[in-house]
Amino acid sequence: MKTFKGRAIVPGTATAEALVSRGGFNTLASFQKSLMFGDKTAKCSDQNNKELYEKPMAGKALCLPQTIGSTTGGMVLFCAVEMGRQPACLLFSKPIDSLAAAGAILAGVWSENKMPTIDTLGDEFLEAVKEGSKIKVYEDGTVEVD
Amino acid sequence: MNLTAQQQAILDGEKGETLSRVMKTLIMYGEAFGAEKMVPVDSSYGHLVTSFGLSVLKPVYSLMDKLIDAGALSKQQFSVDPQPLDKNVPANLIQNLFFKIMYSKQDFYNEQLKKLGIIDSQSYTCTCYMDEVGNIPNKGETLSWAESSAVVYANSVLGARCNRNSGIIELFGSIAGFVPYFGLLTDEGRKATWIVDVKTSKKPEAQILGSAIGMKVMEEVPFIKGLDAWLGHELDQKAKDYLKDMGAATASNGAVGLFHASGITPEAKEKGEELIASGAKIYIIDDAELERVKSSYPCIWRDKGAKPKLAFIGCPHLSFDQLNDWTEKLVESLSKQNKRSVAIPAVFTAAPKVLERFNATSNAKKLKEAGVTTSSICPLMYMNNPLCGKMPVITNSNKLRTYTSAKYQTDGEILQAIAGEAI
Repeated sequence: MKTFKGRAIVPGTATAEALVSRGGFNTLASFQKSLMFGDKTAKCSDQNNKELYEKPMAGKALCLPQTIGSTTGGMVLFCAVEMGRQPACLLFSKPIDSLAAAGAILAGVWSENKMPTIDTLGDEFLEAVKEGSKIKVYEDGTVEVD
Repeated sequence: MNLTAQQQAILDGEKGETLSRVMKTLIMYGEAFGAEKMVPVDSSYGHLVTSFGLSVLKPVYSLMDKLIDAGALSKQQFSVDPQPLDKNVPANLIQNLFFKIMYSKQDFYNEQLKKLGIIDSQSYTCTCYMDEVGNIPNKGETLSWAESSAVVYANSVLGARCNRNSGIIELFGSIAGFVPYFGLLTDEGRKATWIVDVKTSKKPEAQILGSAIGMKVMEEVPFIKGLDAWLGHELDQKAKDYLKDMGAATASNGAVGLFHASGITPEAKEKGEELIASGAKIYIIDDAELERVKSSYPCIWRDKGAKPKLAFIGCPHLSFDQLNDWTEKLVESLSKQNKRSVAIPAVFTAAPKVLERFNATSNAKKLKEAGVTTSSICPLMYMNNPLCGKMPVITNSNKLRTYTSAKYQTDGEILQAIAGEAI
């Protein structure tokens, strides 16, 4: 087991299996279809993301460097949380980008559903984590990768 | 964060719980980026990215209702991204039925926008900075916008200051009248950490150049050299249109919120290479690199060799000059072939007020006679209809390519396709 310490943007706890995107995660392109067509598992619809395309994201520990793409991204993330289709947590290797921060914080302030969000876990975090790895997230931004 | 007495009072709930939560959201957002203060939004107008009444996005409309009910309205009037529906844009009976179901909250949301502070019913466009629309921030003004193509244009071409905010956050900034001070609002955040050296043998296709830059630098700020050889040093409408399309591709294929173009954009003209941060990385773009980028785009049509059923030109929306340019080239090509109308249904999109001006010209009649539809629709929202998404659609927009199944083609290729020229 490896332990990483990041910064809790939205503090919380979670235990989930990892889903890993080593490239930038396009929030709108990834969630678009699942939000529009009632897919509660939130299968990734971003054709450009070969690691995640068509894989369910809901309930997973989504590990990524940062998000990219349309600035509807934060709103889309907020909707995913409000509709209960959110990842169990968002784990960023890099400092969080403005779109992901907006979505996570909007959800944190305005939603009953939770999506703990940790950033600055370091490049070594993304190197260590594999799809399916068991992840445990703590309030203080500590992340354990089994 | 150091708050003024006025900001602290709002956070403490003196103006109600809803406004307190708006302020709390903005503060948390700013603190995530090390902001130590909030600064006033001083542009004349705002601009909202959320224009669509998608039936499944109920959480957004519930939130808007909370704001309206609490009287937490925008302190500045705003323009909004383009509408998702236009009955003039080709769609069959079933597709139209699906549009009605998908966007069943559209009228409801339009009413919410009126209450929140939209300028008028003609203010739905992603290119609010066109002269005809009039939402043109001044250099140095602080904005609370979100539309990625508009943010990168306002920062780069106009020299205004705006972060790549998300939808809803931008409205919160306009409601509070303050935004957290970080990133692209600061001098340091506007320094380039990439040098992009354009060394092509001909003028690069704006949409491919932007795509290449976006995919390479992601969210960082590029200082682009060599573009002035193709665009000159005057920021005329032609250069603005080029940078509009290039910028939109940098923002959608990556996450660029600001670029400097050496000898062209206002800050690059003013400060030159002082804008380049020490240790900036270098990316050289030549003909081979542009070809590599273009050939990397996946085509996700079911039948990759299908004849296109529709062409979208204008994402972001076209300028008045671009509408005329496309019309003249198309009419010339059709005339050479002794043809009267286009071989593929084509839609040229522009802001309502740009189309109003264009419609008063003789070119508008020619374009109509050629069978082209003009519209202020958002092509992306059209393509989000799964029945439209299944169609083989071509576009000259790298943004539309990124978010939908539309296939990218260069301006020249699109012109040949819609004019029915033998390739």
